[in-house]
Amino acid sequence: MSALLEKYFTTNVDEVKVWFKAAPIDKFPENGGACVKYKEKQIAIFNFTREGKWYACQNLCPHKMEMVLSRGMIGDDCGTPKVACPLHKKTFSLESGENLNGELDAIAVYPVKVEEGFVYLGFSE
Amino acid sequence: MKTILVIGNGMVGYKFCEKFVAKAEASNYKLIVFGEEPRPAYDRVHLSEYFADQNAERLSMAPRSWYEENGIELITNERVTDIHRKNKTITTISDAEYAYDYLILATGSSAFVPPIPKIEKEGIFVYRTIEDLDATLAYAAKLKAQGGNKKAAILGGGLLGLEAGKAILDMDLSASVVEFAPRLMPRQLDGDASKVLQGKLEDLGIEILLNKGTQKILGDTAISGMDFGNGDILEVDMLLVSAGIRPRDELAKTCGLEVGTRGGILVTNDMKTSDENIFAIGECALLNQMIYGLVAPGYDMAGVAVAQIIGEEASMPTEIDMSTKLKLSGIDVASFGDALNEKKEGESIVYENKFQGVYKKIVVSKDGKSLLGGILVGDASDYSMLHQIFLNGLAIPENPEDLILGSRGGEGASFGSVLDLPDEAVVCSCESVTKGAICCKVEEGVDTLKGLAAATKVTTGCGGCKPMVQDLLDETLKAAGKIVKQNICEHFDYSRQELFDIITMKGIKSYDEMLDKHGKGNGCEICKPALASLFASIYNETANKQEVIQDSNDRFLANIQRNGTYSVVPRVAGGEITPKQLIVIGQIAEKYDLYTKITGGQRIDMFGARLDELPKIWKDLIDEGFESGHAYGKSLRTVKSCVGSTWCRYGMDESVSFAIEVENRYKGIRSPHKFKGGVSGCIRECAEARCKDFGMIAVEGGWNLYVGGNGGANPRHAELLAEKIDNATVVKYVDRFLMFYIKTALPLQRTAAWLEKLDGGIEYLKNVVINDSLGICEDLDKEMATLVDTYKCEWKEAIENIEIQNRYSHFVNSEEIDSNLNFVPLREQKMPELWEA
Ligand SMILES: Cc1cc2nc3c(=O)[nH]c(=O)nc-3n(C[C@H](O)[C@H](O)[C@H](O)COP(=O)(O)OP(=O)(O)OC[C@H]3O[C@@H](n4cnc5c(N)ncnc54)[C@H](O)[C@@H]3O)c2cc1C
Ligand code: SF4
Ligand code: FES
Repeated sequence: MSALLEKYFTTNVDEVKVWFKAAPIDKFPENGGACVKYKEKQIAIFNFTREGKWYACQNLCPHKMEMVLSRGMIGDDCGTPKVACPLHKKTFSLESGENLNGELDAIAVYPVKVEEGFVYLGFSE
Repeated sequence: MKTILVIGNGMVGYKFCEKFVAKAEASNYKLIVFGEEPRPAYDRVHLSEYFADQNAERLSMAPRSWYEENGIELITNERVTDIHRKNKTITTISDAEYAYDYLILATGSSAFVPPIPKIEKEGIFVYRTIEDLDATLAYAAKLKAQGGNKKAAILGGGLLGLEAGKAILDMDLSASVVEFAPRLMPRQLDGDASKVLQGKLEDLGIEILLNKGTQKILGDTAISGMDFGNGDILEVDMLLVSAGIRPRDELAKTCGLEVGTRGGILVTNDMKTSDENIFAIGECALLNQMIYGLVAPGYDMAGVAVAQIIGEEASMPTEIDMSTKLKLSGIDVASFGDALNEKKEGESIVYENKFQGVYKKIVVSKDGKSLLGGILVGDASDYSMLHQIFLNGLAIPENPEDLILGSRGGEGASFGSVLDLPDEAVVCSCESVTKGAICCKVEEGVDTLKGLAAATKVTTGCGGCKPMVQDLLDETLKAAGKIVKQNICEHFDYSRQELFDIITMKGIKSYDEMLDKHGKGNGCEICKPALASLFASIYNETANKQEVIQDSNDRFLANIQRNGTYSVVPRVAGGEITPKQLIVIGQIAEKYDLYTKITGGQRIDMFGARLDELPKIWKDLIDEGFESGHAYGKSLRTVKSCVGSTWCRYGMDESVSFAIEVENRYKGIRSPHKFKGGVSGCIRECAEARCKDFGMIAVEGGWNLYVGGNGGANPRHAELLAEKIDNATVVKYVDRFLMFYIKTALPLQRTAAWLEKLDGGIEYLKNVVINDSLGICEDLDKEMATLVDTYKCEWKEAIENIEIQNRYSHFVNSEEIDSNLNFVPLREQKMPELWEA
């Protein structure tokens, strides 16, 4: 199972080698998320309309290793943008990936940019 | 300007600094601190957490900048090697010399390593500093790289050893705890308590070996086993020694301060050593012929030393509390006071439940008037309160056993209220915060747990006092006549009922509008579904409208299952189903390879549907005349019925017909939580109607109507609302009951809990619903009528709208399905692969 986890690691903007053209922006509901496939990875992308921001993280919830985070509700915890897993409501910061209501390992987060109506995801490989 | 030198920057040395700089007199002194470890003081109590994330930062008591800001010179990585008492100076390992007016010895202790032959072999570690943990982790990683099942032992089954055992397990090594004594935590537990704890640890996967004296360590250069004599050998690849502590009194010894025969720097209760300019505090100090190996007494010692230096009165109490709670997740163990009745001043009362793995014991004074100590294993939820009763010598119930059994019958709880504690009661022992100090802050206007932590530091230590502080907060607010606001979350300063009123009065139409006008921030997984439910209850809008604020199940109109697939439940009103419908369901389940099961609500659940299959399955079902069963919603599930007078020879009325009518009436209505109904044709009650939120039972002369029941975790029988009423009256009362509940309950509160909390209970409810005591029945009737009239099948809406259907794909940039889904066979059907551990 941990092999699944190992596919995902947080990528900073300055490490980005590939900007992957994921999908047009209208595929992502306002203040909600959807899942994108990139090679062997599943990435959850969130259209955080209230703040005019986009976030991306692994779709895999580290709690029970299910591919579900894109289906979670988003919101904030004292200002930190977060996503709540739909299965047991573990919450993760969309900025740092940190588990905000427990001791789970942080999830990987990825840079997102929007250009000409398309959402791009940044990967280092 | 006088100079104070602090030797040792551990938890207690740090606390000395913190308490010192808080004093006004601090400006007359220069504080210089020497620490042998490379980093500033950190929280040793929570050292085990370092195994999880190797984040030393998180354990830090205060950053270096804190010392600077407070004018403290901190010199780390610098051991003090000598004290010259005659000229009041010290020298350090790098030969630097410093003069002092006062000297504080806070050198702590080191792990005791018993003199077992060959204990110096490779692969043997102690458990005291971050560096120890780094070394242990590195060795464990090396072992794991070699492959195979590697095994570690822990020498010592005390508090620390058990914590170490869990840490080893978390490193994916198998763990055995080796204890010399015949029981675990020998200083805190008795034999029976130890047995219960042992069972719990074994369930976790930790092997427990008692009565084992290690004669020799085996292995060439590295450890390969432990020899207990007589051919009894345990093969291990690593050993963690946690066999007790030895005070670090070497400096004190060489400069001629008095030390105890078994170590420890001798101090009197003013924390002064035999030299009145030198204090010793924390785990290096020997007070009352004891080393107190816990932080709370160490912190008190620091406070006493500070007071003594600036000339305030202070000394250590004669009785020092050594109560402890084990910090192992999932395992409750606590002991306080004279738990083992060593002083023979009391008699004990024991409760043991082998089924649940619970052991509780209290020691009560011979006159039965006071609590002297106790042990709790398996359920330590009453620890805080018992501990307070013990510490403050509070009166105990006439039947002392009520303390561990709860009062059985009779009135009231056995403890009384937290407000009965005396003001001096120390609630947070880590930070020595009293009940008085907490309540005082609350009275000054601090009204959150976070606020109290900021104002008084309560809960910031071990965190064990949290439940009690929360109770104090709530009770004090209540006593002050302030309503404890049941704000739903940080984004709205309103209760659910207030939100309901705002939405209806202001005509708010969407979640975002509500958040902008009456909330703050960006919402969360608590307020979003709560408001979604309100919008649905008020406007009868379906979950398709504001899909991103819906709870997991509502978002896709299906119940999310363990592996992220969904289950599908069409409505089968009253549980009546035709053979043709049964066949159709069977065919559809076969077509999509779904696992099928009859639910507790008399209908059929089909499991294992992928997100992308949901609209297709529902299209097929709707084409065949089915509609959504709302099994996913906080809404009406089913109205269960018995077959009633149409077939049953005992039946008094047509229970099935009535159940179908009522189920169709309330279907789709969103409420604070799910709700269920039941209709039985006679008092034999085959439909279990009294376990439902509303239930009808046919009797001579009409229906008896019951409300507020549920099965589930806390079963509760519904209470009688009205007797011998006709069908129309039943519907009228149920309408009002449900609407009143929908408008006033808390989020996720079932009718049973709501009715229990309702002031005046069922009698009050009767007055509202039957006698219209609040004058709201007309409104309730109208509101319910609107909901009933505007029902839509949301699945029909979904499959007729291409935009909604588009939400049902696993990826938005690919037609592929989730390759992570794995099913395994189960009898004739299938199930998702099991979760690991
Ligand atoms: C894993 C673990 C779990 C624990 N759990 C709990 C618990 O749940 N509850 C509880 O109350 N207690 C617990 N304790 C005990 C608690 O940590 C100690 O009581 C507390 O740390 C004692 O503080 P101290 O400052 O006296 O000693 P320490 O924290 O040991 O600090 C002494 C410092 O002085 C330094 N030093 C020593 N000699 C010199 C010198 N000559 N020159 C310079 N520096 C020197 C040492 O390197 C050390 O950094 C636990 C301990 C451990 C190891
Ligand atoms: S409750 Fe009465 S009417 Fe209904 S099935 Fe049972 S015996 Fe027959
Ligand atoms: S699987 Fe995500 S919280 Fe449990």
